[in-house]
Amino acid sequence: MIKVLFFARLQDEAGTEALEAQKAGQTVQEIKAWLKEEYQLSSLDQAMAAVNEEFANNEDTLSDGDTIAFIPPVSGG
Amino acid sequence: MTDDTLFSISSRPINPADLIKKVEHRNCGAITTFIGTVREMTHGKKTLRLEYQAYEKMAVKKLEEIGSEMEEKWPGTITAITHRTGMLDISDIAVVIAVSSPHRKAAYEANEYAIERIKEIVPIWKKEYWEDGTKWIGDQLENTPYEKGFPEKGEK
Repeated sequence: MIKVLFFARLQDEAGTEALEAQKAGQTVQEIKAWLKEEYQLSSLDQAMAAVNEEFANNEDTLSDGDTIAFIPPVSGG
Repeated sequence: MTDDTLFSISSRPINPADLIKKVEHRNCGAITTFIGTVREMTHGKKTLRLEYQAYEKMAVKKLEEIGSEMEEKWPGTITAITHRTGMLDISDIAVVIAVSSPHRKAAYEANEYAIERIKEIVPIWKKEYWEDGTKWIGDQLENTPYEKGFPEKGEK
């Protein structure tokens, strides 16, 4: 089981802050494709992925218990 | 704010004096502060208020990372950063950066570096509330999509 977190615009699009899914063993890229299809997240392509609070590559693989967060372009400050 | 951590996210108003205290040091000869506030007019458009959201755990990590980069670039500086979350009114404080240094030049330079890096790598977002609608803002620096899919460490 992995945890998926959404923020800002993506949170509005997904209609939730977080969800859990049986996606351990899949890559960031595969999880993105699944989410895009399942939740119609039009702005997912502009978002970066972070796994366990570190920016991740599309090829990185998720392990059981990992948290993947989708980070839209940031606008703090 | 009664905590003594140098890098934090706060849902309550920030008092700049608290951050100045955190970086005070007997060997510092200068402390610079940057106070980011909520602006009403942007390119002729009137903001009513702003909402900030943070991925708090990662945001604190990234602020600490910026602190490490600064220590390396300007040895002897001490930095404290607090960013607000939640709903803010015009003129409210969104972020405070305090940098102390033995000499003033480093304190000025390091402080500016900190705010630029915050806008690049720290997972915090603002939502604009206008008279005619709302929008989550992104890409203020026009630096996305990132070439490698994520911002690079200390590339500035």
